[in-house]
Amino acid sequence: MRKAGPVLAVVAVLLALWYLAVIPMNAQWERDQAARAGREIGFAELVSRTMGQERPVLPAPHQVVAELWNSTWVEEIHGRRGWWNSGTLSNRSLIYHGWITLTATMLGFVIGTGGGILLAVGIVHNRAMDASVMPWAIASQTIPIIALAPMIIVVLNSVGISGVVPKAIIAAYLSFFPVVVGMVKGLRAPDAMQLDQMKTWSAPGSAVFWRLRVPMSMPYLFASLKVGIAAALVGTIVGELPVQQGGLGVRLLSGSYYGQTVQIWAALFAAAILAASLVGIVGWIERRVLRRMGMAG
Amino acid sequence: MSLPAVIEAKSLNLVFQTSDGPVHALKDVNLTIGKGEFVSFIGPSGCGKTTLLRAIADLEHPTSGTLTVNGMSPEAARKARAYGYVFQAAGLYPWRTIAGNVRLPLEIMGYPKAEQNQRVARVLELVELKGFERKFPWQLSGGMQQRASIARALAFDADILLMDEPFGALDEIVRDRLNEELLKLWAATGKTIGFVTHSIPEAVYLSTKIVVMSPRPGRITDVIDSTLPRERPLDIRDSAEFIAIAHRVREGLRAGHVDD
Repeated sequence: MRKAGPVLAVVAVLLALWYLAVIPMNAQWERDQAARAGREIGFAELVSRTMGQERPVLPAPHQVVAELWNSTWVEEIHGRRGWWNSGTLSNRSLIYHGWITLTATMLGFVIGTGGGILLAVGIVHNRAMDASVMPWAIASQTIPIIALAPMIIVVLNSVGISGVVPKAIIAAYLSFFPVVVGMVKGLRAPDAMQLDQMKTWSAPGSAVFWRLRVPMSMPYLFASLKVGIAAALVGTIVGELPVQQGGLGVRLLSGSYYGQTVQIWAALFAAAILAASLVGIVGWIERRVLRRMGMAG
Repeated sequence: MSLPAVIEAKSLNLVFQTSDGPVHALKDVNLTIGKGEFVSFIGPSGCGKTTLLRAIADLEHPTSGTLTVNGMSPEAARKARAYGYVFQAAGLYPWRTIAGNVRLPLEIMGYPKAEQNQRVARVLELVELKGFERKFPWQLSGGMQQRASIARALAFDADILLMDEPFGALDEIVRDRLNEELLKLWAATGKTIGFVTHSIPEAVYLSTKIVVMSPRPGRITDVIDSTLPRERPLDIRDSAEFIAIAHRVREGLRAGHVDD
C-alpha cells in the first residue's frame, strides 16, 4: 500500500500529459472541418471536439477505456454474437482475441522454456555444446522477428502445420533465449567449495545436478521466466500479423488497415495488461518458491 | 608413536602450473599420522597447509611421491568415504533445514530412510544442536552453522575428519567454545582429525601433533608431538607447558619466514 501513492502520482502525470497531447494532435482535423463548413471554431469547442473524434490521430484516454469496456464486457454480455447470447465468445471482443493470443503465448512459453532449459543443461555439461551453442543462440536473436515470422509460418504451413503451433514456435523463438542465458548462469552458480564438497561425498553427477545445481539456479530461472513470458507474448502478436486468424495482433493490424486508432490503442492496452498479468503471476510464483527455499531476496 | 598409520606421505611434491610459471605448493613432504591423532597444520598463507589437506582428500593431485589414506590411494579412500571434510564456510544449503543439510550426504550415499533419521538425530546431539532440526540455516548463528556442518561431516561415520580452518571466520569467544566442543567430540568418537589453522593457541590447544609449515616452496619445517594431556580444560592455555609448546611453534614459523 505504501507504494500506491507514488505509482498513482506517476499515472496521473502521464494521463495529464496524454490529454495535453491529444489537443494539438487532433486539432488540425477539427480546423479543416470548420474551414470546410465556413465557420470559425473557438478554443473551448476545439478542445472538447479533439477529445471525442471517431478516428483521432491520438485517442484520448477515456476513449481507449470506453473501447476496452465496449469490446469486452459490453460485446460479450449485450452483443448479438457475445457469450451471453450465443454461448461462445464474440470474434469482435478483446476477450476472444486475447484468449487466442494467450493460448499461443503459453504454448510458446512452455516450448521456449523447456528448450531453453535443455540447451542450458547441455551447455553446462557438454564442452562441445558450451563452445558451439551460445554464439548461435545470440545470432538467433539478432534477426528481426518481424522478418522471420512470415517465413516460419509459410514453411510450417507447407508441411501441414497451421493454427496455434506456428505462432507458438515464434513465441518460443523469442522466449528461449533469456531462459538459456539465465539458466547457464544459474546452473553454474555453485562455487568451487560447494562442488568440492559434493566430491568429498563421491556424489554422482545426477546428485550434483538435482540437489545442488537445480536448486541454486531457481532465482536465475525465475528472472529469466519473467523476461521470457513477456517475449513470448510479443512473439505471438508478431506471429498473428501474417496469419489473420484472430488474436490481439490481428486487432492491431485490422485497426491500422481501417484507421481505427481507438481500436489499435485498446488492443495495445489489452496486450499490455495481459503481459503485466503474466509477469505478475510468474513473480508471485517466484516469491512463493524462493521464500520456501530460503532464498527470497 | 606406535599407533597404526592412517595417513602417510612420502617425499610428496605438488606443483601447480600457473600463468606465472610453476608454483611449488608442496616440496618433499614426509608425514605419518596415526589412528586417533589430532593433527594441526599451521603456517602462513601459501605454505601449502590447505593444499596438503586437499591432497589427502583427493581434491588436489600430487605430482610426485606417495600418499596413502587408510592404506589406499586418496582417490580410493574418497570413494570408500574414508573422511568427512569441513570447509571454512559452513556451506549449508539455504533451502534445506538443519536436519535436511545433515541428511544430504546420507541421501547421496543411499542410506535407508530410517537409518538416515537415526544418524541425523545422533550427530545433531553430538554437536549440541538437538532441537534445531527444523530450523533453516539463516535462523542460526555462524557458530551454530559451523557446528551443523561438522555434524554433516560426521553423519556417515568416516574415521577421518579433515577440517580446513573451520573456525577461521568466527569470533574469538565462539571459537574458544567450539574448540572445547571439538575436543569433546574427538574424545567421544576417537576419530583421526586433520585440522588446518593459522592460530597458534588453537593449534596447541587442540592437537596431539602440530605440523609447522612454511611457504615458497610449501614444506614442513617442524613436527611437534604435544606433551599436553588428552583432557584439556580451557585454562590449560595458561600453563607453562602450553606456553612452551606455543613458543616452539612460533620459533618454527619464524625460522620458516626468514627463508624468503
